[in-house]
Amino acid sequence: MVQVVLWGSLKSATGGATKVEVEAANIRELLSRLGEKHPGLKPQLDRGVSVSIDGKIYRDAWFQPIPPGSEVFLLPRLAGG
Amino acid sequence: MPLDNPKGQSFRLVGSRPDRPDGIDKVTGRAKFGADMSAPGMLVGKLLRSPHAHARIRRIDIKKALALPGVKAIVTRDDFKEIEGDLRDVSRNVMARDKALYDGHAVAAVAAIDTATARKALKLIKVDYEILPHVTDVEEAMKPGAPVLHSDLFTQGVEPTPKKPSNIAKRHEFGHGDVAKGFAQADVVVERKFKNEATHQGYIEPHACLASVGNDGQGELWVCTQGHYAVRNVCASLLGMDVSKLRVTASEIGGGFGGKTTVFIEPVALALSRKAGKPVKIVMSREEVFRASGPTSSATVWVKIGIKKDGRITAGDAVLKYQGGAFPGSPVDMGAMSAFACYDLENVRAVGWDVVVNRPKQAAYRAPGAPISAFGVESVIDELAQKIGMDPIEVRLKNAAHEGTESSYGPTYGVIGLRATIEAAKVHPHYKAPLGPNQGRGIASGFWFNFGGQTCVSLNINIDGTVALAVGTPDIGGSRASMCLMAAEELGIGYDQVRTIVADTSSLGYNDISEGSRVTFSTGMATIQAARDAVKKLCGRAAQMWGISPEAVLWENGHAKPAGANAGDFPPLSLADIAKVAANTGGPIAGHCEVNAEGAGVSFSTHLCDVEIDPETGFTRVIRYTVIQDAGKAIHPSYVEGQYQGGAVQGIGWALNEEYIYGADGKLQNAGFLDYRIPVASDLPMIDTVIVEVPNPGHPYGLRGVGETSIVPPLAAVANAVSAAAKVRMTEIPMSPPKILKAMGEAQRR
Repeated sequence: MVQVVLWGSLKSATGGATKVEVEAANIRELLSRLGEKHPGLKPQLDRGVSVSIDGKIYRDAWFQPIPPGSEVFLLPRLAGG
Repeated sequence: MPLDNPKGQSFRLVGSRPDRPDGIDKVTGRAKFGADMSAPGMLVGKLLRSPHAHARIRRIDIKKALALPGVKAIVTRDDFKEIEGDLRDVSRNVMARDKALYDGHAVAAVAAIDTATARKALKLIKVDYEILPHVTDVEEAMKPGAPVLHSDLFTQGVEPTPKKPSNIAKRHEFGHGDVAKGFAQADVVVERKFKNEATHQGYIEPHACLASVGNDGQGELWVCTQGHYAVRNVCASLLGMDVSKLRVTASEIGGGFGGKTTVFIEPVALALSRKAGKPVKIVMSREEVFRASGPTSSATVWVKIGIKKDGRITAGDAVLKYQGGAFPGSPVDMGAMSAFACYDLENVRAVGWDVVVNRPKQAAYRAPGAPISAFGVESVIDELAQKIGMDPIEVRLKNAAHEGTESSYGPTYGVIGLRATIEAAKVHPHYKAPLGPNQGRGIASGFWFNFGGQTCVSLNINIDGTVALAVGTPDIGGSRASMCLMAAEELGIGYDQVRTIVADTSSLGYNDISEGSRVTFSTGMATIQAARDAVKKLCGRAAQMWGISPEAVLWENGHAKPAGANAGDFPPLSLADIAKVAANTGGPIAGHCEVNAEGAGVSFSTHLCDVEIDPETGFTRVIRYTVIQDAGKAIHPSYVEGQYQGGAVQGIGWALNEEYIYGADGKLQNAGFLDYRIPVASDLPMIDTVIVEVPNPGHPYGLRGVGETSIVPPLAAVANAVSAAAKVRMTEIPMSPPKILKAMGEAQRR
């Protein structure tokens, strides 16, 4: 099980929870299971998010492994100038 | 890709300062920018723009314009299909549909044989507008009863979802802990509201492109952009073209700073060319750049921070309201994430509101969103330091984020360099230098995320042993020099033996935009990998010639050598020796890399600023300025320093001079450099720089992006310096002379 911390305003899509748990071994599985378990998150997931695993932020890497016990955050998709 | 040698690295070329490869072309005028390209039979494209801030477009009559001799094509909303999804707003920004949403919104475009004819035709287009009430101020736009821009915009991120549309697109919240509990523990609490006006990136080169679509549907686009692959994909989607049928070539770029990460005129030029059957060139005027490209947000920021008398911060709270122009997507999320990112806080919260108003759709501007929130937070930190009688550097050192800190936006930091920048500021001669009358000193720190992204490069070994490196990221800050250095470092050859070019979209795989301080990091990572790929092949060719196993060959100082005594006794072969006989040993030799680069390290900066105020006029002069920033590893230190200086100068302009001024009619009042004042060299002292190097564990050489962090602290550093000199806390930028005089007068009356 991966515990994912969502940014505050997403809690309206998870019944008020800012920490949710899903079974996932990599980022693709994580995003897919989050969408299945919490359909309210789907529009944001489709628009794009970043995923932080143990302090490293990933924007697109579907197959980035999520080691057991990792610190995982869902973040808005980063943009820059 | 991890750091090659975490115990310390030594380089032959990386870290040196060779001449820039594009320097001669740029100073002699040989470099080709967006407007420099021409084509046989080329037409001139011009756009008709809304004179109203908010108006329903009832009808567009182009008959008379189309009948004008010399007019070859006209496009309007009817030529752009409606699309859903991510590009809907981009498409509607490129060409207005049912409503014009800001002064300058494109309504129609003409292609004609010359500029005079095109201008005449624009005057003959009749647009029937129903003028609607408008709103350009972020707080006014949030009020109930404000004119609503989009009837289908319902605030996201709030519970329950509103049933009525409004101008509030989204709410974001970040943080951890319990801020109420933290404030209860504080000895001193400061709470203030700040305001900033919108600014423009101020790039010297206006948007320009040359589009050519043939009768076979194949298109070519020459364009000034930070990301020609993105331009290709977006234009193809907007115009219903196959991506493979559109080849886009990036011109040299006269500045972008985030403002050239999207499209404005490019789809219009392509649509006109497709309709006219001839090439069409569009070059924006400076007025159009101001009115109709993508400035940054204006905003209001409320900040509250509590501190113990010993200097430990107990809680930080912020509410940010950013307008993003006429469409959702202001960078308030990144403003909220970065607001308290410099600090190790137990209790922290930042709430952001994304708001639409009748202004041009904002575009990225160097560390989008972060300077605005840092202005508020770093100003309050400064004030708290004064209230508890502690040096502002000591307050920052006491609370600075470090390895293991749970960041204010969530993830735990790895190795970071914030503390190193603050400590370097503390011992810098600037910090101890005496100040004269009417002078003040400010300090501020700043943070930016940095990221990597999709990158593809090809490194081709030429027959004479020189190297052609093709990259797909437009060079917006000296990346060609850095790539030459990294390729030469890996191959063991000279800097001058590598030439880096920016290839067109049909020559390489997809490359993300040059943004997010990503190019030296990710294209650099790809270059290193491509060079290592080429070295493997070079060693293979040497092994063939020697009749030994490729594993028995090593690459050292630009030569293939037997790996040891057991491999045999052969004289080393140079890269040129192997390249010369490539045709006989298997054909061309090239290294390639396709990567989605991850592992960009976050970046921190600390700035020192001295100002002097003329108490009679309120005029402020920056008299000394020092930028101290972590680069991880500076590949070409002169370019790194240039990025530090450029960010500081743009931030100083934002703090003191620059602002979009809208009249009561919703029209932009100062669409030109005479009335929109950016700092020039004679306005400023030499910006001093200090490069701190705390290696990023996510890059083979340890580098971190440096392009954006340098604009984060200046708004606050200048405001803290002005506040010290004026002896009154300044909370609105730009701090123009009238505002400073007013604040000083009010303070004296108190």
